[in-house]
Order: sequence, then structure tokens, then C-alpha cells
Amino acid sequence: MSSSSHQDAPLGAHSAMPTARRPRGTKVRRQRVKAAWLFLAPMLIALTLVAGWPLMRTFFLSFTDASLSDLGAANLIGFENYLVYDDGRWYGVLADPVWWQSVWNTVYFAVVSVSLEVIFGVIVALILNAEFKGRVIVRAAVLIPWAIPTIVSAQMWAWMLNDQFGIINHLLMTVGIIDNPIAWTASATYSMWAVIMVDVWKTIPFVALLVLAALQMLPKDCYEAAEVDGIHPVHVFFKVTLPLITPALMMAVIFRLLDALRVFDVIYVLTSNSTSTMSMSVYARQQLVEFQDVGYGSAASTLLFLIIALATIAYLYLGRKQIQLGGD
Amino acid sequence: MKSRQLAKIAKRVGFWALIAIIMVYAVFPFYYAVITSIKPSSDLFRVELWPSTWNLDNYAQIFSQSSFVRAIFNSIIVAFSVVFIALLLGITASYALGRVRFRGRSTVLLVILGVSMFPQVAVLSGLFEVIRALNLYNNPAGLILSYTIFTLPFTVWVLTTFMKQLPMELEEAAIMDGATPWVTITKVFLPLMWPAMATTGLLAFIAAWNEFLFALTFTLTDAQRTVPVAIALLSGGSAYELPWGPIMAASVVVTVPLVILVIIFQRRIVSGLTAGAVKG
Repeated sequence: MSSSSHQDAPLGAHSAMPTARRPRGTKVRRQRVKAAWLFLAPMLIALTLVAGWPLMRTFFLSFTDASLSDLGAANLIGFENYLVYDDGRWYGVLADPVWWQSVWNTVYFAVVSVSLEVIFGVIVALILNAEFKGRVIVRAAVLIPWAIPTIVSAQMWAWMLNDQFGIINHLLMTVGIIDNPIAWTASATYSMWAVIMVDVWKTIPFVALLVLAALQMLPKDCYEAAEVDGIHPVHVFFKVTLPLITPALMMAVIFRLLDALRVFDVIYVLTSNSTSTMSMSVYARQQLVEFQDVGYGSAASTLLFLIIALATIAYLYLGRKQIQLGGD
Repeated sequence: MKSRQLAKIAKRVGFWALIAIIMVYAVFPFYYAVITSIKPSSDLFRVELWPSTWNLDNYAQIFSQSSFVRAIFNSIIVAFSVVFIALLLGITASYALGRVRFRGRSTVLLVILGVSMFPQVAVLSGLFEVIRALNLYNNPAGLILSYTIFTLPFTVWVLTTFMKQLPMELEEAAIMDGATPWVTITKVFLPLMWPAMATTGLLAFIAAWNEFLFALTFTLTDAQRTVPVAIALLSGGSAYELPWGPIMAASVVVTVPLVILVIIFQRRIVSGLTAGAVKG
């Protein structure tokens, strides 16, 4: 608050001077640029230590036969962790049907759950955008699933989906939709749906909030015009609202998609290492930690990184108009 | 006239029915966890929407386990340290990125955005090495270090967004007064940045409190675990008879503080999330 005291006088006195507005090339400017790098240094060092360097090491380890028990004694083996032809058979991550199964699981999970989240997220946002009594309470309630740790929501749903004593089977049987309890998290048919159910429940609030923020910035007058003209609300939604909120929607989709492609905890807790739901992250971690095969696991991690990097680059390329990096 | 009124009433009923469905859908799983947690174990396997008898035995049981109490303590230490470090490094970095034009600025922003999209598992083996080399394996400090990877980019990004919105005149005034950049940050911007810092800090806290993969991989013993791992492994103990009562009690214990925080700060959280996502 001490700032307010010096705010007025010097500004009024000097703002006419061009150097005050844009101190380009001046001593002040050079000092500021130097300070900027100095201020960035701690963050850059921290990110190098926890992100840059470890990522490089993961790449490197993927070309070795390193094991978790003795990381130091690693030998370079080239691409053998990825793909190698030996004795009439192919080996390596790329030849492992379980890896491809996990790629398929991840993509399936990502596409289905993100689609459902977007559809329900938009519906929830539209409702929260309406004016009604108690809106604040509903909005707070909708945020609750987002606040609950993933691990906890996985456990809560695991209990509700319990095959013998779960309330979901109980309700479905009471209503008469099913005759026998379903082993949601154990059966290969239903376990992926169980995982999707939990993820959708947990992340609808995130999508709904982003969409709601966009909805609240929409111009009111075209809705009034549409109402006067008697245009059907559904028509108005698809012709006016949807195009206007598309940028926010795309942002939500990319964030959720990148999250879904690296999904780990909900799947690990709900169905542990079952191959019918295993994601790429679960596969990589299983190789790395449980099978202690750091080289092989690093190769899988590297592939996952490349997939996500490609998805990000594709998105940045397609949506470069929407993302203005610190633009003014 | 009549049919028009009927349609209006039907619309209202439909609207409120939708709100009711949304409310139940959002809140019911948590409500069900709470009522499960207060049921005596004899009633656990009777499915009911309202507990006929209840007590706090499950809570007494989890709090009598020293490893669970330790896990809560670890989680608190880790989450608060992560928030502190992320805000400290984030505020200076966001000043540089938000207020100063310099060559390489968009590259740095791109790098930060890139890091925030890393799959955690891609750095798992490399980070494991770093943590071992620093002798931080099975130590909450190792978690504090590793959580930097997902809290720092996010914190810097959101703080930069807020930093940019501050009026230029303030800074010009400070420069005219001959204030150094450090003084400008601490004396001019920091007082104005508190709301943004609270928002970002809260989001970083939630992220650190919830993290699972690193906590599972970089800790070994019960005494060093964080709460999410403790809850996940509580169920891992016996394969056939899962202790659902205590699991639900533990789940409620770690969730209630977050739910309260989120309800109190919901407006802030919304603005933080949208600043981090829509503008990033």
C-alpha cells in the first residue's frame, strides 16, 4: 500500500517524457532485462533439475539395459528396448501386445471420457449460467467432485460399485435393469466403463467451469434479439452460443485430453494392473518399478512422451490463433 | 392461454428437476462415503441411504494407526512446502515474464507450457536417479522436489496472467522513483498480488495434496507416505475383505478440508482455473 503515495506525483510530472513510457535501450531498460533473467534463474534451475535433466535421462536410459536395483551398471543396447529381431521373433515395447493394448485402452478412455465430459460439462454450464435462486449453492456443490482427491474418488466409487454390497448394483436391481449384480471393477467388459464413470464424475466440474466462464462473457444483446424474433433456444444454442464458446471449449478439450492420455491413478486404484484397463502410464510404471526394468520402462515412457508431445504440437499448430503466448 | 401456462410450469419443473439431478450426482458419492464411514462394521453390508445406527469407530480405528497420522502429517508438510516454494519462485519469474519485454521471453513461456504437459511417468526414471543422487529417496523432501514439476509451471503461468493485468502506471511511478526491480516487486506488486497468490497457492496445495504417482514411487515405508498412498494401500492389505469402513473414514478425513476450502474460495478458484486454462 506504500505504493499509492508515490503513484501520483512523479507520474503526472514525467509521463510526457517518451523515456518513461518505453525505456528502450536506456540504462533502466538494460537493468530491467538483467533483473528479469536474474528473477527467472531460480525457476529455470528448478525446472531443469526436476524436468529437463530427468527427461533427458529417461531418453538415455531407454537405450540401456538399466535395472532399478543398480541404475549405475547400465550398458548401451541401442534400440533393443523398442524393437529387436532375435531368433525369429520380435521383442521390445513395440512388439509387445500388452503395450498396444494399453495404447488402445488409453485412447479409448481419453476419447470416450473427454466426449462425455464435454457434453455434460456444457449442459451443467448452461444450467449454472441461468439466473435462479440458490445458484451459488449449486455451483459450490458441483465443484465438490473436482476437489476430491482422485484416489479418494476412485475408492468411493469402488465401494459404490462393489459387486456384492455396492449401492449401484442394489439400485439397478431394485429398478429392475439388471437381474444379477455386476462385478464392475473386476470384469473385462465393465471395468473400463467403471473407470470412465469415475473420471467423468470427477472432471465435469472442470469443463463446466471453463465453459461457464466463456458463457458469462457472451454479449447479451444477440440473445435478446433472438428472443424478440422468437427463434427456438436450441437453434440459438447451435448457431450463436456454440460458435462463441468454441475457443474455451477447445481449451478444455486439450487440457482434458492431455490429462487423459497420461492417466494413472484412477486406473491403478480402481483396477490395479489388469490388462483390460491398463493405460500407457500404468504399463510404463509397472515395467519400471514392479519389474525393475528401467531400460524397458523408460522406452515405454519415452513413447508416451512422444505421443503427448505430438498431440500438443498438433494442437498448438491447429489452434495457434487461440493461444497467444503472453501476447499483449 | 391455459396450455401456455402449463408449458411454462412444465419448463420450470424440468429445470428444477435437472438441478436436482446435478446436485445429487455431484454430492451423492461423497455423502455415501460419509454415511459408510459412520456405520458400525456389522451394518456395513446392508445397503441403505440413511444409517439406522451409527458411531465413530472407524474414525477411532484410523486415528489409532500411527502410520495414518504420520501420513497426514507428511501430506501437510509436503503440500505447504510445495506451495511456499512454488509461490516464491513463481512470483519473481512472473514479474520477469509479465512486466519485462526481453528477447527469449516467449521461448521461456513455451518451455513452461511444455513442462506443464509432461506426462509424469516420462520423468519417473530420470527423477528417480536425481532423487537417489541427492539422497532423498523415501523422504518427503524428495516429494517436495518432484512436485515442483507440476506446480511450478502452473503457478508461473497463472501469476504471469495476473501480473500482466496490473496497471503500467504503478511500475512507471516506481521506476521514476528509482526503485530497483526487486523493490518494485516486493513493495509495489506484492501487496496487489495477494489475491492471485492465494488462488494459485490454493490450486497448488490441492494438486500437491492429491498427487499419487510420485508419492507411490518415491516412498517405501509407511512412515514416509502421504495420505493418498496410505488410503490406496489401506485397501491393498487384504485381497478379499477390504476394510471399507476405515477406508471411507480416511477418505472423508482427507477430503473434508479440501471441500471446505473449495466452498469458501469457489469464486477465486474459478478465476484461477480459467486464468490458467483459458488464457494459457
